[in-house]
Amino acid sequence: MKHLVILGAGTAGTMMANHLSHELKKADWKISIIDEKEEHHYQPGYLFLPFDIYTPDDIIKSIEEFIPKHASLVKGKIDKVEPKENKVKMADGSELNYDILIVATGAKIAPEETEGMKGSEWHKSVFDFYTFEGSLALRNKLRNWEGGKLVVHITEMPIKCPVAPLEFAFLADSFFRHKHMRDKVEITYVTPLSGAFTKPKATEALEHLLEEKHIKIESDFAIEHVDNEKKEIVDYGGRAIPFDILVTVPTNKGDEVMERSGMGDDLNYVPANKATLQSKEYANVFVLGDASNIPASKAGSVAHFEAEILTENILRYIKGEPLKEEFDGHANCFIETGNGKALLIDFNYTHEPVEGSFPFPGIGPLKLLKESRMNHLGKLAFRWIYWNVLLKGTHIPFVSATMSEAGKKYN
Amino acid sequence: MEKVIAGKTIAVNEEGYLTDFKQWDKAIADELAAEAEISLSPRHWEVLNYLQTEFKNEVPLSIRKIGKSGVVDIKEFYQLFPKAPLKTATKIAGIPKPASCI
Ligand SMILES: Cc1cc2nc3c(=O)[nH]c(=O)nc-3n(C[C@H](O)[C@H](O)[C@H](O)COP(=O)(O)OP(=O)(O)OC[C@H]3O[C@@H](n4cnc5c(N)ncnc54)[C@H](O)[C@@H]3O)c2cc1C
Repeated sequence: MKHLVILGAGTAGTMMANHLSHELKKADWKISIIDEKEEHHYQPGYLFLPFDIYTPDDIIKSIEEFIPKHASLVKGKIDKVEPKENKVKMADGSELNYDILIVATGAKIAPEETEGMKGSEWHKSVFDFYTFEGSLALRNKLRNWEGGKLVVHITEMPIKCPVAPLEFAFLADSFFRHKHMRDKVEITYVTPLSGAFTKPKATEALEHLLEEKHIKIESDFAIEHVDNEKKEIVDYGGRAIPFDILVTVPTNKGDEVMERSGMGDDLNYVPANKATLQSKEYANVFVLGDASNIPASKAGSVAHFEAEILTENILRYIKGEPLKEEFDGHANCFIETGNGKALLIDFNYTHEPVEGSFPFPGIGPLKLLKESRMNHLGKLAFRWIYWNVLLKGTHIPFVSATMSEAGKKYN
Repeated sequence: MEKVIAGKTIAVNEEGYLTDFKQWDKAIADELAAEAEISLSPRHWEVLNYLQTEFKNEVPLSIRKIGKSGVVDIKEFYQLFPKAPLKTATKIAGIPKPASCI
């Protein structure tokens, strides 16, 4: 009997376990999936928790609930992969041998990369919202905060869900408005990029929204350190931005297990072929989700599209057929803009987000790159879809794994 | 688009980055540096040469990578090319503005 091992039972790993348990013959293949945690978190919910829109119960379920019967869930910390030996070593000393390995260990924040970030003000006036703890601490702070300077900040790219910090700024505007204290809060958006986003058309639309909501933008800011005494962030050029609350997205990195295994790049991301998702170094290793170094967004929707293509490629690999070079970097993200509205963007490696309708060309019902209430309902529905459709590896009707150019306004 | 730099007609994009590295020479670098109010010292040239080598080897550029390159640390990179060093330095070096992937 052959053994397929999946590292990480988060969004991507869970989807692959579900896809493959349908596709691989039980008599021939054993599937194991490893994770050190008990809980599966709906990470997009971390954006809503600080504003009391979601409760912890909305975003936490058990990992076990989503693992298919025919896969065995191994609980524990992965110490190391020995890809030349086709072996995974666990922290408790046990070992697993594999025929095929899928790396889905995700990405996480590394505030220790920036001097002073995880200092005396950490989770007191310096917060992240990329972890459950950070998001909850921020909720408790915002509940009683009386106003001042709120700075929303990105340390460096790439980060998971690159639109999340913008959404945070928009939701903060809406939150303080509803509390009738918007005039007491000054919101500044600080980014290492030259503008609000990385792609020109979306940047234009998003900068317009920032202006409309009186959110100041400070661009080209490469942070050097956080000054906990003066409460300011300072960049390498000496530019200082004061804060009363700093909401930062620290450097994101892949898990250290990839560094220990000698499989990661300088940020512990695993080099993979961007069209097939096969590891660049080891033919029987595949990488998907945030753990990969491919130039696609680190988002759950991307992992979903990747999982459909990777499933087919694993079946081809087993049969000895050439892999399909099909993944095009397709991403589909809702951007909450506050006041019960949202934008939707749909893009890939080569096509930037533009205006149009989705998923039915010319009809919608969702509008691309334009604020609408329908898009907001789409974002809220995403949580239900995540738990009930995405994790189970079910195909979403009308939304293909590769991007469609129909219904979009390219010049 | 085209622009006359150091007496030559050069192909550039809307942001003024050269679109054909073959057209680049040192006189162009000097003039582009002057536009950014920088006068190029030997130290600047070490950094520019490094950036061009990385570009030729198709290595994606980022502030982090440059900080770890051993050629220059980030602090000095900012002193040499103030404000937005990576954008300014790549423009002077005649190579594309680094696309930060998302
Ligand atoms: C604030 C926020 C908002 C977001 N919003 C959106 C959104 O609106 N839409 C969207 O599509 N995406 C969004 N995302 C991104 C999305 O959550 C991630 O892209 C997705 O979860 C990635 O899945 P993954 O499986 O690659 O990683 P993860 O889901 O993080 O899973 C990795 C798993 O590996 C395990 N693991 C790692 N190392 C080890 C080890 N050494 N031993 C044992 N186990 C290990 C971890 O415990 C974890 O369970 C958001 C993310 C954040 C943080």
